[in-house]
Amino acid sequence: MLDREQVLHVARLARLELTDDEVDRMADELSKVLDHIEAIRELDLEGVPPTSHVVDVTNVLRADEPTPSLPREAILAAAPEPLNDGFGVPSPGAA
Amino acid sequence: MTAFEPVIGLEIHVQLSTRTKMFCGCELSFNDPPNIHTCPTCLGLPGALPVANEHAIHFAIMIGLALGCEIAERSLFHRKNYFYPDSPKAYQISQYDVPLCLGGHLGDVRIHRVHLEEDAAKLNHLGKSGRIHGSDRSWVDFNRCGTPLVEIVTEPDIHSAEQAREWLILLRTTLRQLGVSDVDMSQGSLRCDANVSIRPVGSTELGTKTELKNMNSFAFVAKGIEAEIERQKRLLDAGAAVVQETLHFDPTTGSLTPLRSKEEAHDYRYFPEPDLVPLLATEEMLAAARAALPAELPAERATRFEQELGLHADTARLFAFRAELGDYFEQALAAAGANGGADLEPAELSNWIGPLVERIGSDADPASSNVTPQSLAALATMVKAKEVSRDAAREVLTLLVQEGGDPREIVEREGLGAITAEDDGLAEIVDRAIAADPNAAEKVRAGNMKAIGPLVGYVMRETKGRADGGEITRLIREKLAG
Amino acid sequence: MSELIDLTAAQAAERIRAGDLTAAELFEAYRQRAAADELNAFTWVADAAPSPDGEASTPLGGVPVAVKDLFCTEGVPSQSGSKILEGYRPPYTATVVAKLAEAGAPLLGKTNQDEFAMGSSNENSAFGPVLNPWDRKRVPGGSSGGSAAAVAAGLAPWAIGTDTGGSIRQPAALCGIVGLKPTYGACSRYGMIAFASSLDQAGPFTRDVTDAALLFRHMVGRDRRDSTSLEYPGEVDLPKREDLEGLRLGVPEDLTGAEGGIEPGVRESFEATIKLAEQLGASIEPCRLPHAPQALSAYYLIAPAEASANLARFDGVRYGLRVDGDKDLITMYSRTREVGFGAEVKRRIMLGTYALSSGYYDAYYGTAQKVRTKIAEDFRTAFERFDFIVTPTSPCVAFGLGAKLDDPLAMYLNDFLAVPMSLAGIAAISIPSGLSEGLPVGFQLAGPAFSESRLLDAAFALEQAIGFDGSAARANNGPGRNAT
Ligand SMILES: [Mg+2]
Ligand SMILES: [Zn+2]
Repeated sequence: MLDREQVLHVARLARLELTDDEVDRMADELSKVLDHIEAIRELDLEGVPPTSHVVDVTNVLRADEPTPSLPREAILAAAPEPLNDGFGVPSPGAA
Repeated sequence: MTAFEPVIGLEIHVQLSTRTKMFCGCELSFNDPPNIHTCPTCLGLPGALPVANEHAIHFAIMIGLALGCEIAERSLFHRKNYFYPDSPKAYQISQYDVPLCLGGHLGDVRIHRVHLEEDAAKLNHLGKSGRIHGSDRSWVDFNRCGTPLVEIVTEPDIHSAEQAREWLILLRTTLRQLGVSDVDMSQGSLRCDANVSIRPVGSTELGTKTELKNMNSFAFVAKGIEAEIERQKRLLDAGAAVVQETLHFDPTTGSLTPLRSKEEAHDYRYFPEPDLVPLLATEEMLAAARAALPAELPAERATRFEQELGLHADTARLFAFRAELGDYFEQALAAAGANGGADLEPAELSNWIGPLVERIGSDADPASSNVTPQSLAALATMVKAKEVSRDAAREVLTLLVQEGGDPREIVEREGLGAITAEDDGLAEIVDRAIAADPNAAEKVRAGNMKAIGPLVGYVMRETKGRADGGEITRLIREKLAG
Repeated sequence: MSELIDLTAAQAAERIRAGDLTAAELFEAYRQRAAADELNAFTWVADAAPSPDGEASTPLGGVPVAVKDLFCTEGVPSQSGSKILEGYRPPYTATVVAKLAEAGAPLLGKTNQDEFAMGSSNENSAFGPVLNPWDRKRVPGGSSGGSAAAVAAGLAPWAIGTDTGGSIRQPAALCGIVGLKPTYGACSRYGMIAFASSLDQAGPFTRDVTDAALLFRHMVGRDRRDSTSLEYPGEVDLPKREDLEGLRLGVPEDLTGAEGGIEPGVRESFEATIKLAEQLGASIEPCRLPHAPQALSAYYLIAPAEASANLARFDGVRYGLRVDGDKDLITMYSRTREVGFGAEVKRRIMLGTYALSSGYYDAYYGTAQKVRTKIAEDFRTAFERFDFIVTPTSPCVAFGLGAKLDDPLAMYLNDFLAVPMSLAGIAAISIPSGLSEGLPVGFQLAGPAFSESRLLDAAFALEQAIGFDGSAARANNGPGRNAT
């Protein structure tokens, strides 16, 4: 159902660095689950609209009026790497 | 060597000038200190939820209407998933398969779609260059994160770098007139990416395209596209192939370098944003947007100038795209009509805007110069009535720019009024001219009209350009016609 | 003291209002029991009553509430049972928690849960498993296992949790208490650390139906900060009904048949409860929910897909855990998430990412959304003939710790009877219907959207007739217990 290569590709998309045996276990477990799930693909769903919301409301909008922002200290307090009044990260450009 | 035709489509991101962000109540930032405009929502804190800004939607509908788009009755927001430090939720809320606006056109370029989304945060890079390459540490400022963006995607209807630049200026003028954005490329409130490909002239299928990013001025848009067209030509001429890639334009060197992609495997996994409900463009919303549109948009104005007023196409576009010139021109035109200069052709009047702009500086607004539209109209009318020669009128204009005032008075004061045939002074000067250059006169008598030049020149000099060239020629030929 | 603990929340509030008891005394009594928690139900306990007395006048009288870890509480640890949010203290409070505090239910403590609400046994928690107060060798159910165990064991007068695919009803059933999964949109999701945004819904855990109605009444309401929250029509009534005269109950064969894998003991209790309902005047008939058996499959595509995006923000940049920050960006991301997430969370992120990835969207996520449409239709049709649909809440009673840990599919099947209602976004309640081998069994009633008042009324009538006694679980837990 799902081979190592697919698992590794999906893990890359999801930014998960799986260990080798995790990859194998994942391939096995996900395949089992997907086998079970496959069933729904047999249903005849011709012309059935998809449901992404059960609430059928539309246009829930807010007026363009400012609300208070958080103090910088408060948000940086949680930061793993406060840097120049901002959030430090390894530069995406670094080799 | 085959001749190639460039095929260019533009993707423009426009920051809307709302008070608050797209999905939260944080105020927009204007170069404020970092990270002072954030909240749980725009910072992507756990548990926070988005709520759409109704004014941003109003602006987006205005843009859609101005570009002649079809406004979707019902549109959806999707999540566009990618990991990058400038994306706090690791997905951007954007519109995907059902955008707010579809189709439409601006000038001769068709619009593919217009949709709403949220801006990313600003990523700053440590290190001398301040640029991403070579820097090993970066830091994120979330002030900009969540600023309402409208993305405008054109069809590949553009065929030269210059056309791209000119069209982009038309778009800016249009958006500025709508009042929905600062549309300032240097500030990033107007950003343009270009999809460029080339194909042999005559062929109809598209070549492999590349995407150009970071062209943050109108000049750079032209430069970047030009450079890319040349690069692609060299490749194809050398029998090589164009690779589909994203290129980063470096303004300092004018060079294009492949950009490291945000995801090595591009798969945005779009799906409907479950935290937001569908967007309905109601009649009320459409009516409100329509009511907010200006009476005439630049593209329409250019057409009117060309077709109704008979201006030259380039002049028409210039006046429409640079609204201040168009406005000044129309005021002068009205003044001319009022002062009985009605027989003054709009095209004739338009020819005086150029000289005026030369004298006040090409970027200046004539409205704030010493020359009122009324006096420019008066001057043009005088020329038309041969009360002052074209050359003399140029001197008058120079004086008007310096000191303002009424052209008629300046003509009087400086004695620049035209000398006409009836004026015997002119006949007398013509005689002197003939006497001064007998052999030129001989040639003319012999029918060699080329020789008349020096004689006319003499009279011009003597009259300080106040006499009309045509008049002078006529007089000389009379005298010399046996 | 023990007598104080045996009061329901409503009774305690009454005493406080009457002046025979102060909110501070009650808070302290529960604070001590919560602090002495041996079930690992709490992840954090308040060290003192928040405000001095004066709560007597409030609708909830100052009776404190235990809150599932995933509700953000300002300055108080909130990490949704995950290592990746280690030490995270939010700068804001979830709407529902704020509303309860305002109504006079101060925060007693935060309760343990499956990591990011993913699980049916509360074994997927960075804080370790929660033990079932009826038998500490068994699981309390999940994902809101801490809230359920705390209420059942009398460590809290009442609690709130969240239900995405059974996470309130199933642990309530396994712990012998009442759990209400409200209509989607009835309670604000603002400040709830999201699992699956189109399914997550907050709801009460209480000892009886009256408490459930009382707590729920102060949780509902449209929130300007949650686009999907709705105004609750009218007020939530306190239940008073003594019979079920004229009520039509439907038993969906598609769920209660062989496929459901319902244990004999559970089936027995279910059928006994049906009989009681009949005696109370209800008419019972079989009904069809043809697509309900596919609900679990649809759920295990939709929920992980949404979760894969909801959990992408945990990247080590702004808060929480960061691993290998000195390496390159992608390594930092991948290592942080590899170390910060538990096995089940990774499994679902993988499943959801796969279901959305290019080439598979239509086959998986797209199909699941269509199945969801059919399931909602099934319920709509059923509710034309029936007032409520009834099933056992869980196919089985509390199972042994570790029993299903290495068989994800078996674990997922626990929610076979709970997931259809979640996909349809309708209201459902679980009440204790008796014991099987000394362990509680849950009875589920499901009604249309915003039928909570009627649902609570019917559940109340049944509750009176069943007369379930949960005092053993309280007696066997907390300080000075004589544990079995
Ligand atoms: Mg975009
Ligand atoms: Zn914000």
